[in-house]
Amino acid sequence: MNEFVLSLPPFAWFFIGAVLLLVCRGVIASAITIIMPIVSFMLLLQWDHGTDYAYPLMGMDLTLVRVDRLSLLFAYLFHLAALIGGIFALHEKDKVQQIAALAYAGSAIGAVFAGDWISLFVFWELLALTSVFLVWARRTSASYHSGMRYLIIQVLSGVLLFAGALLLIRQTGSIAFTDIGLSGIGAWLIFIAFGIKCGFPFFHSWITDAYPEATPTGTVFLCAMTTKVAVYALARSFAGEDILVTIGLVMACFPIFFAVIENDLRRVLAYSMINQIGFMVCGIGIGTEMAINGAVAHAFNDVIFKGLLMMSMGAVLFRVGHVKGSHLGGLYRSMPKTTMCCIVGAASISAFPLFSGFISKSIIMLEMLEAGHTVGWLLLLFAAAGVFHHAGIKIPFFAFFAHDSGLKVKEAPANMLIAMGIAAILCIFIGSYPSFLYSLLPFPIHYSPYDVTHVLTQMQLLFFSALAFVWLNLKGLYPPELPSTNIDSEWLYRRVAPAIVSRVVVQVEGIYILMKTALLKALNHLIILLSYLSSPQSPLARAWSVNGMLLALLILMIVVLLFNYF
Amino acid sequence: MNNDHKQPDGFFYQPNTIRWILRAFYTSCIVLVIVDLVVHRHIITSLEKIPAFYALYGFVACVILVLIASQMRKVLMRDEDYYSRHEETMESQTAEGADDE
Repeated sequence: MNEFVLSLPPFAWFFIGAVLLLVCRGVIASAITIIMPIVSFMLLLQWDHGTDYAYPLMGMDLTLVRVDRLSLLFAYLFHLAALIGGIFALHEKDKVQQIAALAYAGSAIGAVFAGDWISLFVFWELLALTSVFLVWARRTSASYHSGMRYLIIQVLSGVLLFAGALLLIRQTGSIAFTDIGLSGIGAWLIFIAFGIKCGFPFFHSWITDAYPEATPTGTVFLCAMTTKVAVYALARSFAGEDILVTIGLVMACFPIFFAVIENDLRRVLAYSMINQIGFMVCGIGIGTEMAINGAVAHAFNDVIFKGLLMMSMGAVLFRVGHVKGSHLGGLYRSMPKTTMCCIVGAASISAFPLFSGFISKSIIMLEMLEAGHTVGWLLLLFAAAGVFHHAGIKIPFFAFFAHDSGLKVKEAPANMLIAMGIAAILCIFIGSYPSFLYSLLPFPIHYSPYDVTHVLTQMQLLFFSALAFVWLNLKGLYPPELPSTNIDSEWLYRRVAPAIVSRVVVQVEGIYILMKTALLKALNHLIILLSYLSSPQSPLARAWSVNGMLLALLILMIVVLLFNYF
Repeated sequence: MNNDHKQPDGFFYQPNTIRWILRAFYTSCIVLVIVDLVVHRHIITSLEKIPAFYALYGFVACVILVLIASQMRKVLMRDEDYYSRHEETMESQTAEGADDE
């Protein structure tokens, strides 16, 4: 029995928890949502590096669990995210969300442990199917539609992954999910599948569409898992592909423009998430051991600080009912603890010294320089200044300070504060003791982020970015928060495509109506003709003379005769 | 930054507080530039040789970012219900179509 329990794959506990939730309720159900990640984590510590958990299926040896430093780090991370998210959602009695969140975390852990394409595909699709309920659980018309779009895009990614994997398996004969590089159509399909989940430019709009529509607690889970699984998959299969550097730079830069003018603060965070993933994708694209370390470390930190920021906005959404920058402000008086946690998250994402972002972002920037990409480095520096601008200043400033909105609300519930507190402490701990996170990274690392140059230059960058904010605000040049929608690439499938389709439909309908009226008209004429022929006035109904009849018969017989001869 | 007629209460809305915060902030900025001139930095690219390069870059980058973003609003900004309005009309049309059947 004991051995059986120990040998269960790590993700199994989450699915067991999800099944148990079906029959439990109340306090026990809530307890399961946080006990399961803890139990699973304790057991995960027993798994050694290099362990494989293989099983045969239809003549293939599937590797359900592959334990190495890379997969373990992400597995630890998702356990942590599931636990913090679980605590944050402890007040939530909605069974749908509880089950979806546990199964979703289980799928993410399953995906990072998957050692072959088939297992990966199964968990890849499970990620989509379980997480969409966190969007739908908001139970509004907007969230329903958003969830539908989310599901379609996610399933598309899964289908591409499956098609690519089949082609690749046929080509190489191996089902191992490993470094494949960008050669052959199969690899490209897989690359696009990963790219969709990772939020590559033009594929990113599901993130900014669905995350702001999900429930206050659901988004905390969503922002931790799906995209990071994709980052893991890219690091596993496409490390060192040059194209990733370009893609990463675009991802790091373009969202900050949108984030500055966006009014929904959770959507601002969704944009800043794409920006942060851009840094990771750059690191993977550079592909050196150090750069991969930086990308993975940044993914680890991002889950915690982005989770923290999402939680603080979730708490505001929970209490106020919306997170529109134009209608918020002055909340620091009623939600001081949430404000503090938000500021810690903001400092971490902006990479202030002693906060977690500082120790990971700089590795990627440094590797960019070492690899000789000076322009890329300048762009990353721009993105780093920009993220401080929109996530570091804009989020806390417009939510908790800025103009006094007159909102009087209660502080966030205790469980939310505890979850945010844990995340905030982790941000400071990791930032202050980098060796903790560095020791978990996939490759050995000899890097000290705390030297005079690095601290000084980073402080200059941040303080003068803040100075720009202050100056623009005092000059009245800063774009005010306005209730609005900004069109992005989703415009293509939410407006352009429907417009084209409806135009085509109108054309087709027009042709159909034309043909229908013409046919009806022709039928009408036929009916009139027939009724005329059969009427008493018709020539056929006249009394014919005997001579005339004989003549007609004669002509008929001659015709028959002629036919007989020829 | 505050255009309300009535002065809202609260520590961070007192003009004195704002003044002191800004003063401390400006002083820190100046100190950071002075330190840059004194301390010897490690340099990888020649760009970094420019005195207070990071400070200049951060300031200019953010101003450009905000100015471009403000201009983007002219092209990209729509009403808040831009999508929902359209999607609801589509939906009601579909529903009417279904009723007709």
